[in-house]
Amino acid sequence: MREERKLFDKKILAEAAKDSFAKLNPKTLVRNPVIFMVAIGAALASILFSVDLSRGNFSSFNFQIIVWLWFTVFFANFAEAIAEGRGKAQSESLRKQRTSTIARKLVNDHEEKIPAVDLRINDLVVCETGDIIPADGEVVKGIASVDESAITGESAPVIRESGGDRSAITGGTKVISDKIIIRITANPGDTYLDKMISLVENAKRKKTPNEIALSILLSGLSIIFLFVVITLRIFVQYHNSGDASLLNSVSIPILVSLLVCLIPTTIGGLLSAIGISGMDRLLNHNVIAMSGRAVEAAGDIDVLLLDKTGTITLGNRMATEFVPAPGTTEKYLADAAQLASLADETPEGRSIVVLAKEKFGIRGRNIHELNARFIPFSAQSQMSGVDIQAAENSEERIIRKGSIDAIRKYISEESNLHISSNSDFLFTQMIGVDISLAGGTPLIVVENKKVLGVIQLKDVVKGGIKERFAQLRKMGIKTVMITGDNPLTATSIAAEAGVDDFIAEAKPEDKLKKIRDEQANGKMVGMIGDGTNDAPALAQADVGIAMNSGTQAAREAGNMIDLDSNPTKLIEVVEIGKQLLMTRGSLTTFSIANDVAKYFAIIPAITAALYAAGPAKGPLSVLNIMNLSTPQSAILSAVIFNAIIIILLVPLALKGIKYRPEGAEAILKRNILIYGIGGLIVPFAGIKLIDVVITMLGII
Amino acid sequence: MFELYELIQVVIFFVLLIVVSPFLGSFIANVANGHKNFLSPVLTKIEQIIYKFCRINPAEEMDWKVYTLSLLFFNLFGMIVLVLLQLLQSYLPLNPMNLPNVELTLAINTAISFVTNTNWQSYGGETTLSYFVQMTGLAVQNFLSAASGIAVMFVIARAIKIKKGNGLGNFWIDLVRITLYVLLPLSILLAIVLVSQGVVQTFSSYTEVTTLEGYKQMIPMGPAASQIAIKQLGTNGGGFFNTNSSFPFENPTPFSNFLEMLSIILIPGALVFAFGKIVGSKRQAWMIFGVMLFLFVISFACSAAAEYSHNNIFQTSGIMEGKETRFGILNSVLWSSATTAASNGSINSMHSSLSPVAGMFALLNIQLGEIIFGGVGSGLYGMLLFIFLTVFIVGLMIGRTPEYLGKKIEAYEIKWTIIAVLLPGIVILLFTAIALSVNAGLSSIANKGPHGFSEILYAFSSAAGNNGSAFAGLNTNTFFYNLMISLGILIGRYGVIIPVMAIAGSLVKKNITPVSQGTLHTDSLLFGILLTGVILIVGALTFFPSLAVGPILEHFLMQRGIVF
Repeated sequence: MREERKLFDKKILAEAAKDSFAKLNPKTLVRNPVIFMVAIGAALASILFSVDLSRGNFSSFNFQIIVWLWFTVFFANFAEAIAEGRGKAQSESLRKQRTSTIARKLVNDHEEKIPAVDLRINDLVVCETGDIIPADGEVVKGIASVDESAITGESAPVIRESGGDRSAITGGTKVISDKIIIRITANPGDTYLDKMISLVENAKRKKTPNEIALSILLSGLSIIFLFVVITLRIFVQYHNSGDASLLNSVSIPILVSLLVCLIPTTIGGLLSAIGISGMDRLLNHNVIAMSGRAVEAAGDIDVLLLDKTGTITLGNRMATEFVPAPGTTEKYLADAAQLASLADETPEGRSIVVLAKEKFGIRGRNIHELNARFIPFSAQSQMSGVDIQAAENSEERIIRKGSIDAIRKYISEESNLHISSNSDFLFTQMIGVDISLAGGTPLIVVENKKVLGVIQLKDVVKGGIKERFAQLRKMGIKTVMITGDNPLTATSIAAEAGVDDFIAEAKPEDKLKKIRDEQANGKMVGMIGDGTNDAPALAQADVGIAMNSGTQAAREAGNMIDLDSNPTKLIEVVEIGKQLLMTRGSLTTFSIANDVAKYFAIIPAITAALYAAGPAKGPLSVLNIMNLSTPQSAILSAVIFNAIIIILLVPLALKGIKYRPEGAEAILKRNILIYGIGGLIVPFAGIKLIDVVITMLGII
Repeated sequence: MFELYELIQVVIFFVLLIVVSPFLGSFIANVANGHKNFLSPVLTKIEQIIYKFCRINPAEEMDWKVYTLSLLFFNLFGMIVLVLLQLLQSYLPLNPMNLPNVELTLAINTAISFVTNTNWQSYGGETTLSYFVQMTGLAVQNFLSAASGIAVMFVIARAIKIKKGNGLGNFWIDLVRITLYVLLPLSILLAIVLVSQGVVQTFSSYTEVTTLEGYKQMIPMGPAASQIAIKQLGTNGGGFFNTNSSFPFENPTPFSNFLEMLSIILIPGALVFAFGKIVGSKRQAWMIFGVMLFLFVISFACSAAAEYSHNNIFQTSGIMEGKETRFGILNSVLWSSATTAASNGSINSMHSSLSPVAGMFALLNIQLGEIIFGGVGSGLYGMLLFIFLTVFIVGLMIGRTPEYLGKKIEAYEIKWTIIAVLLPGIVILLFTAIALSVNAGLSSIANKGPHGFSEILYAFSSAAGNNGSAFAGLNTNTFFYNLMISLGILIGRYGVIIPVMAIAGSLVKKNITPVSQGTLHTDSLLFGILLTGVILIVGALTFFPSLAVGPILEHFLMQRGIVF
């Protein structure tokens, strides 16, 4: 994870201020109905004001109202611009890199140099040491080490090769050795980078389903308030037919002020900033989302399916222990095992060499000096080993290692020994069963058909994963491990990793079935995978997170890509999804609760003069419970509060409300207390305070 | 102040309501689910005959569109029949007073009003409509409009219960079963008791008597008891006589008054438990019932306090103006609260004479959307709309996409919910504003100032909320008001029913999310409080300005000794 950035960067602030003006364009404004309504009101009041001005009437009150109405629009734009700015800053450097990249396109076997942006799907491109990969693609020929730090922040280079599970390659990364040919898999504009950028730019951003629903709610409320305000003018008119001076209390600027105060401008102004900064936070965790919808869905995940290999475990079985047979020392066993593995280039073989070295300091010996004949692993014998004749006359050491079944066959076949009477073998068989039970794989080592002992191979669970799963459980997410292993092995790894459930001996279609079953039960399913055979499951899942290290097929099927290839990243994704919704909900509640205080500021201001007898105030001045000094200052205070609160809440919109994994009731109580009850009280204090200041300054 | 026996009677009222509602609700749920009940042995045969006669296929399931269209066409057909009956009244039998044909706009207004369960009456029953029209027209619609409302509530309940389905039941079957198993038996029972108390039930013509003062007076008669029973039970409220249940032949004794009052809320209260049983959550029903009861008690208590409070002008407390001495203040206020909370609209006192604050609560009860018990069926589906809103806002606050009883509440549901909440509110505000802006509207007002304003506001609130009660004072039998009120009623009824049905159509198709650690429980006290908050805030935000320049202004003026 990158270090936490500063919330406000000077450059971003300046840029955002400029953008806020550009966003005054009606075409842009109309995307946000609530703020659009404010702008129309402000424009209407401005026009009337200039008409008045041209007739030589200047109203300081109207002027100030209009200024603050425009500030309201400007502040909302500013909130959005600043969120965009932060998101863009993140992706800007990547974009620059890519647009200036020159691609070496292969046309009829010779190279042509074209700008990367002109590449299309299925073009073939050559990349050599030092070249920047021009676009997302798949390696079709060759193998190369690639520096992906530009995207992942991880400095260690990774291997990308044709065929298999490591063929996908991302635009913007850099080849640091060798030469590869890449088939382009994305048109410009469709690459991950482009998708990422479009999620943090409001103009291109598609609203998420929940955002749409909330926008409908906010627009609906705004329409109600529009009718409230329009009809209020007629209601007041009814009461003073003939008295023109009373109509001043329902003048257009005042009615617009009331409308702007009532419609949910706080959440309306911050809505897109919340959405954009959510995507931005995701980027900050090195996760690319293909859509905002997926991020929202992540907050709802009930079940998380994880492929065992490569996600829960490191993926390779490693030697973890030597168990000698009676009469053999552990060191002797280790020595023999190492000898038998010297020429074994599989990860398992190498891990045996390493373990012997770590435990007993037995160094790898030079194969050629040993006068040894290596027996490579064959599918038929299921064994590998070495025949060593150290000196001319000395006895030949014939060492073999292999599975229990293979060794049994090997011993009983070439001699007439009865396996059942071989106590050493029976012993090792017992050990072997124990190892299997514990989730490991036993390999038996024999020398000259005498059983030396057992090597325990184990799939190693990634560090710290248990704690992360515990955290997921706290969030109410059930983890299910999927593995092709037998149930014994699966049980043990499941226990070690701390998953809630597992499916053993799973075929690829089992993953898909499990997801469909859970979905049929109404659950939201997340799936994390990396292999090509995970692709259908990733596509079926509500949230499919593909590891960046995975295949192109997997990355295309998922709706999120984790650039760090860290399966527990889901925790952050879920948190961000929940934060998004919580921030929206809380600010909506706050916004609506605010209206109560604004009513008590503006309604008495409008109606106080009704049935006022001479110097006595009208009966409805009783409603002025805040005791605001004059009707004008009351209205202006409400409008100023309404505008300023948007700016004050920008940091909250950008950071999101803190999520803690706890029950729904507890979260709800806290947020209701802060944003519901707080939303009722704060504006009373705020409006009163502004009124006091205004009165002191005497600007009304 | 009130007497102890009055208080005891109020307590009995609430205890009976709380005790009886769950049992009746459970029975109604059985009717909705088509299960056998204790009436089945008698009624199943009749039910089968009706299906056979009307060629209804009991196995046919309707999706929301077919169901809605069936309901709309059925209601339209009812309106046409009702208009024709009124227009041809003088040619039809059972018209002992030889009442003439009804004028067209009034006939349309009355037809719309009765088919939509509103029962707004711009006419006086005994001077306008014959026994025949009252019996075959109005009484029949009293049953059918109530059944229509309950049917819609069944549909939305089923939509929440059914997992990934399409069919929502069969409108004709729901209509027949509700009428046959619920409304008819209860009405017969109540009618008989009412007759025992002295409510008239006769075909004889009006009687002319000489009063003690020596004046001649016409005493109206008619088959009233049968119509009054369903008028109270089906939240219809349209009186047989002009002065509704304040008239001795419609509501003679304190006991009949008690029964009629309880009948107003009985079925709406029971339907909450029917809903709970259909969706399989008793606790859910208690939460909804609790919120309704709370709002009702608050409204009743505040109204009563206002009625008993000291009046500056008369230097006394407990004004009896507009109330019946048979019932007294407390029973008048309890009735006015019940009839406006439930969308009934029958009255036993004149709401125009209520103190401004009590009048305001009557208004607010209607304006909140007739969801405090509300009309039969309509009260509950209206309340569900507010639950959807609450679930949506509150659901976001816990960081999950909102769901209610496992069904996701998404953009589509929110869109229709907003429309259904918006339309009645707009009708109330906009139509009032229009009436205030034209002569045709202003000339009908009886009182000046805020009281006159309240008269108009109340009329359109009553129309949009399908309540049907009048503030009185306003002459609404004019071309302008007959038309505007008819329009308001139609929007208030179908502007909610269609959205609710659309939501049902969408919900029924959805999967049910199982309860998990992160699920927001909607049957908790906390949720009940939040739901109450949303109802009050949305309601208050919409209507506070209009109430401020109406009853609130009148109240403060009255304290200064200014009346209108």
